[in-house]
Amino acid sequence: MGSSGERLFEGADWDFQTLQRIHDACEEVARKELGLDVYPNQIEVITAEQMLDAYSSVGMPLFYKHWSFGKQFAFQEASYRKGLMGLAYEIVINSSPCISYLMEENTATMQTLVIAHAAFGHNHFFKNNYLFKQWTDADGILDYLEFAKGYIAVCEDRHGRETVERTIDAAHALMSHGVDRYPGKKALDLRAEEKRAGERRQHEEAVFNDLWRTVPNTKAKSKATLSAERRRALLGLPQENILYFLEKTAPRLAPWQRELIRIVRHIAQYFYPQGQTKVMNEGTATYVHYRIMSRLHQQGRITDGNFLEFLQSHTNVVFQPEFDDRRYSGFNPYALGFAMMQDIERIVKNPEDEDRDWFPDIAGKGDVEGVLREIWSNYRDESFINQFLSPALIRRFRMFHLHDDPAESQGIKVDAIHDERGYRRVRRELARQYDVGFVDANIEVMDVDLDGDRRLLLRHTTVKGAQLNETDARRVLQHLADLWSYDVVLTEVDGTDKVLKEYVVSPRAAAVAA
Amino acid sequence: MVMHIVDRRLNPGSKSLENRQRFLRRAKALVQGAVKKSSQDRDIKDVLEGGEVTIPLDGMDEPRFRREGGTRDMVLPGNKKFVEGDWLQRPNQSGGKGSGAGEGDSEDAFRFVLSREEFVDLFLDDLELPDLAKRKLAETESEGLQRAGYATSGSPANISISRTVSRALARRVALRRPRKDDFEALEAELAECDDPARRRELLALLEALRAKAKRIPFIDPIDIRYRRFETVPKPVAQAVMFCLMDVSGSMSEHMKDLAKRFYMLLYVFLKRRYKHVEIVFIRHTDRAEEVDEDTFFHGPASGGTLVSSALVAMNDIVRTRFRPADWNIYAAQASDGDNMTSDSGLTGLLLTDKILPVCQFFAYLEVGEAANYTFDMPDSSLWTLYERLRNDGAPLSMRKVSERGEIFPVFQDLFKRRTSQERV
Repeated sequence: MGSSGERLFEGADWDFQTLQRIHDACEEVARKELGLDVYPNQIEVITAEQMLDAYSSVGMPLFYKHWSFGKQFAFQEASYRKGLMGLAYEIVINSSPCISYLMEENTATMQTLVIAHAAFGHNHFFKNNYLFKQWTDADGILDYLEFAKGYIAVCEDRHGRETVERTIDAAHALMSHGVDRYPGKKALDLRAEEKRAGERRQHEEAVFNDLWRTVPNTKAKSKATLSAERRRALLGLPQENILYFLEKTAPRLAPWQRELIRIVRHIAQYFYPQGQTKVMNEGTATYVHYRIMSRLHQQGRITDGNFLEFLQSHTNVVFQPEFDDRRYSGFNPYALGFAMMQDIERIVKNPEDEDRDWFPDIAGKGDVEGVLREIWSNYRDESFINQFLSPALIRRFRMFHLHDDPAESQGIKVDAIHDERGYRRVRRELARQYDVGFVDANIEVMDVDLDGDRRLLLRHTTVKGAQLNETDARRVLQHLADLWSYDVVLTEVDGTDKVLKEYVVSPRAAAVAA
Repeated sequence: MVMHIVDRRLNPGSKSLENRQRFLRRAKALVQGAVKKSSQDRDIKDVLEGGEVTIPLDGMDEPRFRREGGTRDMVLPGNKKFVEGDWLQRPNQSGGKGSGAGEGDSEDAFRFVLSREEFVDLFLDDLELPDLAKRKLAETESEGLQRAGYATSGSPANISISRTVSRALARRVALRRPRKDDFEALEAELAECDDPARRRELLALLEALRAKAKRIPFIDPIDIRYRRFETVPKPVAQAVMFCLMDVSGSMSEHMKDLAKRFYMLLYVFLKRRYKHVEIVFIRHTDRAEEVDEDTFFHGPASGGTLVSSALVAMNDIVRTRFRPADWNIYAAQASDGDNMTSDSGLTGLLLTDKILPVCQFFAYLEVGEAANYTFDMPDSSLWTLYERLRNDGAPLSMRKVSERGEIFPVFQDLFKRRTSQERV
């Protein structure tokens, strides 16, 4: 890759030709050297005010109207004006074409960084990571948002803004429990059903053994149990996607209300992968921009001064305060992600004995980009950390694991540190912090009392003794009861099915559903 | 691969304006309370500035299922001295991060900035001009002129040249009036032509063209169009506010300050309703004069007290400068209530006969010393007089004030939205 190019820009100023040159230069490195595969790029230049606007509509270029976004906007504007909060350099949207917003205030160097980071790093990740492939539709999202916005506006005209807002409020409260965590079972069509029945019969004939007849049967299930099981099967219970359940089965919702719930649910689902891949997504983008910027510098296409400017903001981005630092607020996904990507590069290129023991599959393999691309495609934060956090990195971050059991009077226990005995435990615990299964409360719809008063029964299976905050839980359940329009019962149970607490909430008089 | 650059900077900003308005509408009662509370502590002048308000989050919460308590495991960076099996002291309750305390705080109260317009709107939202004023407002219309297309007749001053010329052009084209080029072409050919037969032919052609040009005039009277105007009734959108104040020795700085605050509020309020608001300051002792604002509030003056002098001055100014048909007239009088007993008759007469009929609204504010409770103040001579007039049916609004904090409530009381026909 010699010094193949002339300077992309001089000084800090840029215009649209500069952006085009920067994009083309980044693209050359991204494709030829890193082998990235990206959606077509669309780069949009915006002002600080527009950036604030984008913040309050979850970064999307268009979104339906709701007071809660206004509240967020008012809040963010206040803290921005007071100087408590800086604005991001960019926002990137998982869509095809992939839209990156660049702030007009950025210098030419920053625009280069941002294009490399967002338009190539994030873009590649969106297009190739299995979670995004499985759960999001990059081609359709903007059209869908357009539809959602229009549909909700029409509903407001037709049914009154307050009614619509109440429904959306309720749906928002349940948004975190409105996602499918596993790809759903497809309903079978009749032909497939028949084929399967045939296969089953053939299998029975093939393995027929008269001896089975002599094995004593378990006691037949009572009729009541059978009908309860049948009912639950019909309703698709237990169901952890509460919004889905309400959309399909809530008895008194109007069709447009079901559609609103569906919209909120779809949007929650669209953002679901982002929450699970923060470390990887930012790690990928940061690694990509670092590689691209270094190469551009090496080729002489950006000056030493520009490169230093880049290094300064890069260092800020990947700064990880230590736990006793006042600035500490958890692991910085940029820092951890970038460190892991670089560490993988090291393991692939120059492994040490320890790395060969821990990572026999990739150590010394030589093809850094290939290995990384494969990782970017097939992991999420939890599995990524569980697989690829190396002892070397645990030592570098000096990680340690604290175990805080409220019942323990002695205090908080240091359970593992960065030593031979601790590596695996530290790694497992850190991975668990990123496991969505642990991050969100495990709440399922268990049953509906169809014969009686139509109560909806939910169950929260607690993990490690953490129960729901009562005030918030009551408020959410109130919204849920309003949508369901009959009583809602939530029981909190521990691992042994012992009931810890029970909430019963009745719908409000002027409930959402009429 | 093709890359697109879109410049969004020119797109209309404040995309979240509507969301913001929705939020404010929803939190209206709360924000309004906060606005009033914050406006009590401020200088009235600053009321116009907008600013930061804090509201509690009742009803504005967005609850989520949230867990707390239980055994917690965490992995942290930056170990310096711990080894496996160490026991650490639990930090004090306040230091426990993520245990709800920190989150709770940010959830309880909510600070944000209101713009100037939002602030004033909320501040004055439940206020309205009194019924009387509205009735008058509807009546006092003046006439304005408005363009209304073109007419075939009119005054020469109103000829629309562009319209006339374009119509003439259309007519000339339609009737094929010969153009200058046609003549020139024929004349040029004639000058070069030697053939007598052809020359005759050309001359005849020229003659015919000239005749045709004469028959079809360049501008015909039927082309002429005049701009047409229509008179339309126009609601009066201007107001004048008279500030009358007693500046005799008995008025203390405190009393003047109270009066000033009231005038400020009235100004802000009128400003929101009318495009153009003028203020006239009239101060009086035993004689009245029109002064500028600074003299009004701060200029030294001494003498006795004759309220009628101020009313005479106001009446003169109204007669000479503010025709009641064109102006909405508001007046606010502040005084400590002293007046020469002999002046009462004249004051009453002036008010009922001259001033009140032209005013939309006349408010009398009796200001007292800070220590006095309003209820304890004995009725002053002016108060007694005005009360009598009011009982006789004169549309007067009157209140007593002795504390800064009372100004806004009194103001609100005077202007609050009324559903029935009740009078102030």
